[in-house]
Amino acid sequence: MLRASVLSLALLIAAPVAQADTVSTFTLDNGMEVVVIEDHRAPVVVHMVWYRIGSADEPVGASGVAHFLEHLLFKGTETLAPGEFSATVAANGGDDNAFTSFDYTAYFQRIAADRLDIMMRMESDRMKNLLLLDEDIATERQVIIEERNQRVENNPGALAREQIRAAQYLNHRYGVPIIGWMHEMEELSREDAVGFYDLYYSPNNAILIVAGDVQPDDVLALAQTHYGVIPAEPALPDRLRPAEPPQRAERRLIYEDPRVSQPYVSRSYLAPERDSGAQETAAALVYLAEILGGSSATSVLGSALTYDTQTAVYAGAGYDGLSLDSTTFTLSVAPAEGVSLQQAEDAMDAAIAGFLEAGPDPDQLDRIRTQLRASEIYARDNVEGLARSYGAALTSGLTVQDVQDWPAVLQAVTAADIMAAAAQVLDRNQAVTAWVLASREELTQ
Amino acid sequence: MTRILCALALILTATFARAEVAIQQITTPGGIDAWLVEEHSIPFTALEIRIRGGASLDAPGKRGAVNLMVATLEEGAGDMDARAFAAAREALAASYGFDVYDDSFSVSARFLTENRDEAVALLRLALTEPRFDQDAIDRVRGQVLSIIASDAKTPNRIASQTLYAAAFGDHPYGSSLNGTEQSVQALTRDDILAAHRAVLTRDRVYVSAVGDIDATELAALIDDLLGDLPADGPPLPARATFGLAGGLTVVDFPTPQSVALFAHSGIKRDDEDFFAAYILNHIFGSGGFESRLMQEVREKRGLTYGIATYLVPRDHAELVIGSVASGNDAIAQAIEVIRAEWARMAESGVTAEELATAKTYLTGEYPLRFDGNGEIADIMVGMQMIGLPPDYVIHRNDYIEAVTLADVNRVAGALLQPEALHFVVVGQPSGLDAAQ
Repeated sequence: MLRASVLSLALLIAAPVAQADTVSTFTLDNGMEVVVIEDHRAPVVVHMVWYRIGSADEPVGASGVAHFLEHLLFKGTETLAPGEFSATVAANGGDDNAFTSFDYTAYFQRIAADRLDIMMRMESDRMKNLLLLDEDIATERQVIIEERNQRVENNPGALAREQIRAAQYLNHRYGVPIIGWMHEMEELSREDAVGFYDLYYSPNNAILIVAGDVQPDDVLALAQTHYGVIPAEPALPDRLRPAEPPQRAERRLIYEDPRVSQPYVSRSYLAPERDSGAQETAAALVYLAEILGGSSATSVLGSALTYDTQTAVYAGAGYDGLSLDSTTFTLSVAPAEGVSLQQAEDAMDAAIAGFLEAGPDPDQLDRIRTQLRASEIYARDNVEGLARSYGAALTSGLTVQDVQDWPAVLQAVTAADIMAAAAQVLDRNQAVTAWVLASREELTQ
Repeated sequence: MTRILCALALILTATFARAEVAIQQITTPGGIDAWLVEEHSIPFTALEIRIRGGASLDAPGKRGAVNLMVATLEEGAGDMDARAFAAAREALAASYGFDVYDDSFSVSARFLTENRDEAVALLRLALTEPRFDQDAIDRVRGQVLSIIASDAKTPNRIASQTLYAAAFGDHPYGSSLNGTEQSVQALTRDDILAAHRAVLTRDRVYVSAVGDIDATELAALIDDLLGDLPADGPPLPARATFGLAGGLTVVDFPTPQSVALFAHSGIKRDDEDFFAAYILNHIFGSGGFESRLMQEVREKRGLTYGIATYLVPRDHAELVIGSVASGNDAIAQAIEVIRAEWARMAESGVTAEELATAKTYLTGEYPLRFDGNGEIADIMVGMQMIGLPPDYVIHRNDYIEAVTLADVNRVAGALLQPEALHFVVVGQPSGLDAAQ
């Protein structure tokens, strides 16, 4: 709805890719990468700057500072008054917003293509010249607390997901919510935000993505004028994060909240992500998620739990391979009236076991392959979506080449690849199984 | 023969952007009107269909029948059961979105050029020969009941159901189109068939398409798809009156953040003051950072993450509605600020500077909406439903520009009624007295 959304949900299917012939890339002398995606159907441009910095890069004890800083970037600079950035975008007939995830923070405007110069002038300005006043800090901290109230505290499903992630990651910061833990958000200070900003908001840690009715050479010239003059940050640290140790024990939890009306079982397995030059396992996991839970009618879980039997009202699977470090593969089942969570989980496990024995249905495999190919065609209708997929990939350790190879990697996946990926990932010792319900009393009824 | 009534090459000229959208108006041999924009650079077509009526056509005592019918459309058709139908659709990589609203039923379809005929034939089966097998109805019924139960524990849903029930009573607008647990449990297959017969009719249909298709192909497609639907259906409901007086309703619900909706009666879409009201609402509560309510409630005081107001001109009633969410100990102050701003705007209106800024934004933003096949198809079908001609897209910014400061401020005084504003608060707010 508003500025500063927190992205955490998985893409359901493959991230789309622009056709290579519409994409140009450059690197400025200061290390800033530039990606231009042409789409001349409408006189619109999307201008985005993505920073390779997200919540998983935050210092211990300051959870939420990446997202807090994102909010604060809409305050003033040495030459722009607080709020003037968005006001100027609006006065030019455009919209602007920003979002923070585990691996990135991104800012964007959508506006008439001939306004690009102004957008670059302002966005490059706030890369280095942010001016934060103490009163801005106090008020905006209240805003992010209300944002957490709205997105998480008022939402039992979101609270459950936080507990699941915290249990999934033994050592990695992916276990801490993007928006932050409430008690740490309440203590976030001007110094926390400024320290983060000074180090990480630098051209050599940023990617410029411009998509729409533009010519690559024009974009490059503007980028050199506005971003090219900002010196690289010599002290930018390598992006080293605590790695997960071997996970050796299944974790199980019960989240109880009287506001839950539909109980469900959720299983989250640690899973490999897309890596540069090595996206094959992730591609196989895209298929595995589709096979197990993509289509409510034809997937393994949907078919077994909602058609062959009336065990569930919903059964699904999810996987998002766009992640800098290890991601998750998830299964979820919402039992039908009169079915217990234990019965639902048992039915889920029985369906998975049956699949591991039988392997993928060749017809289903063909349908998924066709849909993945078609998704590339449909995606070309949405240039902002294409821009986002490049931004998310390039801040998650992938290259433009990896993004453009991805459709072919997906098309090449075989049944054997899928079974190998399933054997690797569906390991209960690396999994968290959660029961989410209104009251434990339901368990004894 | 396809009759192309007019092919307008529209140049959308805004302050900053120019977009060319060539809208063709066609009438099919079967007599159905449609709007088309040809866009052959991507090999797919976006097709939008709306049929006026939707959930407002639920028969007495059958609340939820139309919704359950629509949700079961994809669960088997012709000689295919639900799974066979899904497999056929997946093999074509087509998508059919069926949805129901208070005043309409909608179909949003996307299909590839390479298998367009098969994709349309399959969609036709779902629309004209749905099976409504008992097991499919029961399966979807279970999902709907789960949603109804969830809504009963979701603050936003509790607030809107409370507000609409109090405002519109027995009119269909007064209850959720999902129905209640009791009404949905009682629905039979005959009720679903009756809902299908009532809702999917040709006389109230609106069609638009954008993509890799020409007028002759589209005309044949539309006749094939919709030609066999019954000509007409039951009458639409009567007008509804916003029957809720100003005040405050608190619904106790244990959750840390209170959710509030606030509303009073509104303005019709075809009112000559609609554009003035639209600009007024933008300045007051668009939800953007520059809007007054965002400035006062969020930016200056940090009382919420978001606040917005909306003009809601429905077919049978109009309202102005707003929403805000604040911690239980902050909501009373948020409401106090909203009431004060409501009164200030009604009394003093907007400034010339605010009006100029709003016009620049609204006229600049308009062409940006036409940036995809799906978006353009959606805009075109919406225009048809409210009776706008294709050349509206040329003149729309002129209508905005023509609004004067006196217009906006006259409308502010007439439309915004601080004493009529009713707040519904769901949560455990402190410092709010429901008797006030």
